[in-house]
Amino acid sequence: MTQFTNIGKPNVGLIQFPGSNCDADCVDTLKRHFGLDTTLVWHTEKSLPKVDAVILPGGFSYGDYLRSGALASHSPVMASVKEFVKKGGPVIGICNGFQILTESHLLPGALLRNASREFICKYVHLQGQTGTSVYSSMLCGKTLSMPIAHGEGRYYIDPEGLKKLNDKGQVVFRYAAADGSVSDASNPNGATEHIAGIASENGRVFGMMPHPERATDVVMGGSNDGLQVWKAFFASFL
Amino acid sequence: MSLYFKDLNLAKFSKAEAIDGTPGEKLNALLKKHKINAVEFAKINGIMNGRLPSMSELGVFSAMWSEHCSYKSSRVHLKRFPTETPDVVVGPGENAGVVRISGKLCLAFKMESHNHPSYIEPYQGAATGVGGILRDVFCMGARPIANLNALRFGKRTHERTKYLVENVVKGIGDYGNCIGVPTVGGNVSFDESYDGNCLVNAMTVGTIHEDKIFKGFASGTGNIVVYLGSATGRDGIHGATMASDSFASSENSERSTVQVGDPFTEKLLLEATLEVLEKGLVIGLQDMGAAGLTSSSFEMAGRAGNGLYMDLDQIPVRTTAMTAYELLLSESQERMLMVIEPHNWGALKEVLDRWQLASAVIGVVTDTGRVHISHNGVLEVDLPVGPITDDAPKYDRPQKARPLAESNSPEFNNKTLAGIKEIGVETFLANMLSDTGDKEKIYTQYDQHIGAKTVKGPKDQGAAVMWLRSDIADQSEPNLGVAIAASCNERYCSIDPRLGAAHAVLKSARMIAATGGRPIAITDCLNYGNPEDPEVMWEFSQGVDGISEACKNLGIAVVSGNVSLYNQTDGVSIKPTPMIGMVGKVSDVTKVPAGVTQANLKVLLLQPKSAAPAFGGSLAAKLTRTAGLSAIPAINWKAETEAIDFMRKVISTGSVTAARDVGDGGLATTMAKMLLPHQVGAKITLGISDKISDLGNYFGEVAGSYILMCPADAAAKILSTGKELKECQLQEIGSTNTQSAFEFGSWSAPIKQLTSAFGRSLT
Repeated sequence: MTQFTNIGKPNVGLIQFPGSNCDADCVDTLKRHFGLDTTLVWHTEKSLPKVDAVILPGGFSYGDYLRSGALASHSPVMASVKEFVKKGGPVIGICNGFQILTESHLLPGALLRNASREFICKYVHLQGQTGTSVYSSMLCGKTLSMPIAHGEGRYYIDPEGLKKLNDKGQVVFRYAAADGSVSDASNPNGATEHIAGIASENGRVFGMMPHPERATDVVMGGSNDGLQVWKAFFASFL
Repeated sequence: MSLYFKDLNLAKFSKAEAIDGTPGEKLNALLKKHKINAVEFAKINGIMNGRLPSMSELGVFSAMWSEHCSYKSSRVHLKRFPTETPDVVVGPGENAGVVRISGKLCLAFKMESHNHPSYIEPYQGAATGVGGILRDVFCMGARPIANLNALRFGKRTHERTKYLVENVVKGIGDYGNCIGVPTVGGNVSFDESYDGNCLVNAMTVGTIHEDKIFKGFASGTGNIVVYLGSATGRDGIHGATMASDSFASSENSERSTVQVGDPFTEKLLLEATLEVLEKGLVIGLQDMGAAGLTSSSFEMAGRAGNGLYMDLDQIPVRTTAMTAYELLLSESQERMLMVIEPHNWGALKEVLDRWQLASAVIGVVTDTGRVHISHNGVLEVDLPVGPITDDAPKYDRPQKARPLAESNSPEFNNKTLAGIKEIGVETFLANMLSDTGDKEKIYTQYDQHIGAKTVKGPKDQGAAVMWLRSDIADQSEPNLGVAIAASCNERYCSIDPRLGAAHAVLKSARMIAATGGRPIAITDCLNYGNPEDPEVMWEFSQGVDGISEACKNLGIAVVSGNVSLYNQTDGVSIKPTPMIGMVGKVSDVTKVPAGVTQANLKVLLLQPKSAAPAFGGSLAAKLTRTAGLSAIPAINWKAETEAIDFMRKVISTGSVTAARDVGDGGLATTMAKMLLPHQVGAKITLGISDKISDLGNYFGEVAGSYILMCPADAAAKILSTGKELKECQLQEIGSTNTQSAFEFGSWSAPIKQLTSAFGRSLT
């Protein structure tokens, strides 16, 4: 367990939308592995309570009836999350949380229907990429194993945006094989250049499709690699 | 009387128009449409005490006395189930069964069928099946932690099979994925007897504190009845009676009676329900499942021995001009009925509003012992509760036994063996793997990991294992887990409906034993054909006996379940399919065999000393299309229980790398399935049995056998422990290696060829 001193204990807020369903797993991870109590923030709140960082969890916010994350991006609380980001506040968005971040234009690109047109749930490997964010500096060159579970996880960005992402070192994770090599064969959803997770230009906002909160104990699926992502999340603002 | 309905005066309502009771064609047609026979109509007239029922009342009788709701053909048999053990907290009769797993931590679980709707409209039928079983579990106050499903489709080449598989799987996936409950296991098979009737059986397991179990009681005169969830529409009217009917392929589509699911609303309903229960705002609640408002209100009043008044004008509706009849029989999904103390309405409403759920006070608990329902100023229903819920028709339908097969017929065995040799042994193994092969294409569409509890999922092929961790678990057992298995071999049940049903229970128990778990209790979905066919009724009765016998021998109980009859199309009934769902306790999830097979492991075989491989009902006989009949494997109860205990004992040492019960296709098929995912070779050898030739040892099926793999030093210890076995024997039969072949006896099959066959299962 990463030990925070009482003074150094960050106050992490987690936004709950109707239809969020990975919220409890994030809360559990932070409690069991980092000794942190998460501050839950309901989607109708007009302002964020005083928090050091924000988690946008996975799920099917508002049923995802329009486009994944689209309705959530217009919720009252997201207006204040945008303000928070503007001031340099750190945010991690996982799965539906990543979709909400792109729909809110807090991260570039979009998440489209998987190339197979089917929901996909399985363990994948991620290769940490060289880049400018704390996430990259902590995870680059590492191959992590954790599950994906999404129907709309194919990261798409236009060529111009892609060039910018690559040039500025914003790509944090690409889907890879167990040996870390990146190829079409290890790309589960047809994502542009196998992209699984990206950071904002300033490295404070991070979104990824795979689920680090489900890879926290070796007894589940043989991997606790998700903890490394959470450690990078804390390092990004502490 | 409470604040609500305090001026209730039933006399102010005008009386509903009665049906035309003139004997003749018109009345007959009306009764036929409601599936009420002459004897039942006479019984209705007795209950009505000289008055003819209104259309709404006739609808109530039709739904409440349908096979689906009343179990009228099965009740006389179901009472033979053993339902009590020290583990049981809530037995059959409630929304779900509850058993204790450790201290005050309990499991609420149930399996339910949604066969008829899934055949008509597979996507919505399967989705709403998942929704319904989830509600049965969370309306007890339990948080669902795992879903399983057991599917049966017609033969792979049947024109409808591909369409059904794709849409059923998508329906299950979309619903479970959205609500956020992982789908962690199940089984699927293909057989021509399901060509006209697929089976979709869904199971949910939830965790609950023993002191917080909720039951569906409408108690406390003056308490108010609250409706919550989706608004009511016309979908699903007559679902319960449809589910009690057989199909004719020439009939027009019954699409309009299939309900439409909304998993997002279900997620809100789940969270809101658990929150208001936790806050102590509720006296009783029940899911509006089959026969919607009708069954939930009558059943809640029946259990409390009370009466109810309901005002249908208060019900949130999604369409206009619905009649009382429609409102009462609608099976719109994601709805619940609650009974609360009036002073809690404000606090309850606040929670429901926060979760954006429609809700309304629609009635009040009375002391009349009757259900009164008004609509537009008319008293549509005025019926006594008891005679409808407790005195539903009950039939002990005639049975006709089929002759059972000769025991382990040598002629049948020889024919099967000849068939295998004709195809070629190695090719035949590949065919077996294709038939029972990897269901990856199905389970990758299901979220298997949400909730972060999944230790063993569908990829691991055996029982699912969930880590209960912080689920109000006693902290002295931080590694506590639950193993969950679902199983039924319809080929066995077709040959011997009693022994086959016992096998279904045992197979589930063995799957749990192979994780190191102790079986606790079962739920079941008894899927059979037309009960008015005496042979089907015999199959059903035999099935109940087989399940009972198995449970008694294992010391476990049946705590919940469901019966699905009339799975028949054009006079063809399905093979008897008593699907079993079992839960077991895993004391330490870190000791569950990882299942990651490597080279240089010893392979041990545990089996009853009396074991004799049989081909009756075997996968080998199916694939060789062997004509004739032979008995399915015999069961040695003492050996079965000894093996289950032995597995738990050796796995608890943490030294077993992989373990599986020997299943469909016998030793060679099971062994290959353990090797293929890890691309490991192996060589195993068995002595020639005197019962059946050497080839029979590898493809014949034996009850009560397990394969264990472990490093050599651990193997020596386990073999030494095995010397204490009385009914079983444990022997080393070979080891894994880095070769690219699976060698068994004098045969050798390339891993590569087997792998590609294994992956072809669903293409």
